[in-house]
Amino acid sequence: MDLSSINSLLLLASLMVASTPILLAGLGELVVERAGVLNLGVEGMMITGAVCGFAIGFETGSALWGFAAAAAAGAVLSLVFGVLTQILMSNQVATGLALTLFGLGLSSLIGQGYVGERGVNVPDVPLGPLADLPVVGPILFRHDAVVYLSLFLCLAIWLFLYRSRAGLVLRSVGESAEAAHALGTKVVRIRLAAIAFGGACAGLGGAYLSLVRVPQWTDGMTSGAGWIALALVVFSSWRPWRLLLGAYLFGGLTVLQLNLQAAGVKLPVEYLSMAPYILTILVLVIISSGRGRAALGAPAALGRSFHAAA
Amino acid sequence: MLRRTFLASTALAVGLGTALGTAALAQDDPLKAGFIYVGPIGDGGWTYTHNEGRLALEEEFGDGIETVYQESVPEGADAIRTMTQMALSGADIIFATSFGYMDQVLEVAEQFPDVKFEHATGYKQADNVATYSARFYEGRAVQGHIAGSMTESNIVGYIASYPIPEVIRGINSAYIHATKVNPDVEFRVVWVYTWFDPAKEADAATALIEQGADVILQHTDSTAPLAAAEAAGGVIGFGQASDMAAFKPSPRVSSILDVWGPYYIDRVQAVMDGTWESGDTWHGIGDGMVGIGEITEAVPADVREEAMALKESMASGEYHPFTGPLNKQDGSVWLAEGETADDGTLLGMNFYVEGLTGDIPE
Repeated sequence: MDLSSINSLLLLASLMVASTPILLAGLGELVVERAGVLNLGVEGMMITGAVCGFAIGFETGSALWGFAAAAAAGAVLSLVFGVLTQILMSNQVATGLALTLFGLGLSSLIGQGYVGERGVNVPDVPLGPLADLPVVGPILFRHDAVVYLSLFLCLAIWLFLYRSRAGLVLRSVGESAEAAHALGTKVVRIRLAAIAFGGACAGLGGAYLSLVRVPQWTDGMTSGAGWIALALVVFSSWRPWRLLLGAYLFGGLTVLQLNLQAAGVKLPVEYLSMAPYILTILVLVIISSGRGRAALGAPAALGRSFHAAA
Repeated sequence: MLRRTFLASTALAVGLGTALGTAALAQDDPLKAGFIYVGPIGDGGWTYTHNEGRLALEEEFGDGIETVYQESVPEGADAIRTMTQMALSGADIIFATSFGYMDQVLEVAEQFPDVKFEHATGYKQADNVATYSARFYEGRAVQGHIAGSMTESNIVGYIASYPIPEVIRGINSAYIHATKVNPDVEFRVVWVYTWFDPAKEADAATALIEQGADVILQHTDSTAPLAAAEAAGGVIGFGQASDMAAFKPSPRVSSILDVWGPYYIDRVQAVMDGTWESGDTWHGIGDGMVGIGEITEAVPADVREEAMALKESMASGEYHPFTGPLNKQDGSVWLAEGETADDGTLLGMNFYVEGLTGDIPE
C-alpha cells in the first residue's frame, strides 16, 4: 500500500470534473420536479446533448457552439415530453421512460458519423495568479468554464427558488397546481418552461461528458449517468446545495475508489466499487427515516397531471 | 437501465421475428446467422470488431446469408430472451460474443439442438455449442515489451475489466514481457468492473496517470483511456480490439486487433456443408485472429524492431509468451526452465505471476 502516491490536490480537482455532468443534469431535474413534473427522460436528454454537443463542436471547431447546441437539443427533446405530458395529458412516468429510449436511439443515429473522431479542445479558464495559489489554485482555479457554470447555476437556482417571487410561484405550482391555477398562475406555461430548462441542463451535462470528460463520442456513453442524476435529486431532498454536496460526494467516491486501487490499497475492489451507491442508499435512509415524504421535501404535486378544466 | 435495453431488444427481436419467420418457411432460404453483442457497435472496440466479422460474412456469402444482430444485450436473462428469439425466428447459427453469456448460451442451446451456437471466449462446450477465442495474450506480450521499453516513471497503469482468466492472462503476459526489458517496472492494476463505460474508463486512466503512470494498458473497449492519455500529455497507450487509429501516432502507439471474419466465414461454411462440429478454437497471431496494429514512429526504431521480432517469433510458433522459468505471485514454481504453459492452465488462469503486486478480486 502506498497512499502517498495519491495526490490529494489532483484528486479533489478530478472530483469536480467527474461530478459536473451529474450535477448539471441534477440541477435541471431539480427545477423540473420543483414545478411538480417528474421527467424520467434525463438519460435520453443527456445523451442527445452529448452527441449534439460533440457533433456541432466537431463541425464548427468551437466548444462554445457545441455546448450551446447541446443545451438547445436537450431543451427541444424535453419539450416533446412537455407537450405530451402537459398539453396532451400523457402519463409522466411512461413518457419519461419513452423519452430515454428515444434519446438513446436518436443519439446513436446522429452519432454514426462521429464514432472515433476527436473532439474539440475545451480550454481551462485563465484565472491568472489565482491558478498559482498554493493548494486552492490546483483544486479550484484550473478548470474549464462549465465547472464554474455548474457552481454558478447552483447559486442561481437557489436564489431563484428561495429569494425570488418567480421561484415562489414555481414552487407553488409544484405543491398544488390547482391552488396556483385558482390564483391565476399559468400552470402549464410555467411547467413547460421548467421542463425546457431541465432539458437544457441535461443536454449541457451530456455535452460535458462528450466534450470534456471523455472527450469523444461513443454510443451509450452516458452509461446511466442520467439515472444517477435522478437519484441525486431525491438524495438532495430537492435543495440545490445538497444536490451539489451529493454530486461531489458521489463523484468523489468514484474517483477515490479508482485512486485507492491504483495505489494498491488492500481493500476488496467490490466494496470500493459499491461505496458510492451504498452511501447514496444510506443517506436516503437517514433523510427519510420516520418522517415520511413530507420530511423529504418532495413537492406535493410531483408527477401528477394537471388540467385546468379538471 | 437494463429494463430499458431489454424493452428495446425485445421489441426489435419480435419485429425481426415476425418479418423473418415468414421468410424461413420458404425452401432454399439463405442461411441465417444471429449475433448478440455486449456493447454498441459504435464502441470502436470489441463489439465493433465482431460486427466487422458479421459484415465479412455478408460480403463473402452475399445472398446466401442473412444476418441479424442485437446490440448492448446485458449478460443475464436478457441474453436468454434475445437468443431464444433469434432461434425461434429461424437462425441456423448464433454467435454470442461475450464471456458473460456462457451459461445462457448453454441453456438456450439445450432447447434448440438443431441450432449451432458459437460462444466467444468461453470454456464450456456442448454438442451444438462451440467456443472460440483469440490468443490475445500474444498481443499483450508485444504491448508489454513496448510498455517496459518506453516507460520513464517505471509505472505502467493497467485498466482491467473483470477478474476472469482472459484478463488475468493479459496482465501476466504484458508484465512478463515488460520486466524482461525493464526489471524495475511496476504495474498498477485498476479493476473497473465494466467492459464499456467511457466515463469510468477515463476516470481510471486519469487516476493512474495522476499516480505517475506514463503507459496505460487497457482491457476495456472504449477509446476513453487514450483520450485521457492524450489530455495528460507524455503518456502512451494502445488500441484495444480495434485499431483506434484516430489517436495515432501518439498516445496510441500500437494496438491489438481482433480479426474474426475468417473464422466466422469458416464456421458458416461448415454449417452450409453440414460439417459443423462442436469444439474449441483458440487462434493467435500465427492464424491471423490476433493482429498487431502499426507501431507508430513515437516508438524508437530499435524498440519497434524488437517488438516486430517478438511478434514474428510467436507467429511462427517458435516462442511461447509463457515460457519458464516462471513463478507464481506467492513464489511457488509454475513453469520450469524452458517449459511452456499448457492451454488448460491458461484457460483457467486465476493467479498473478511473481512480481505483480495486489490481489486478484474474487
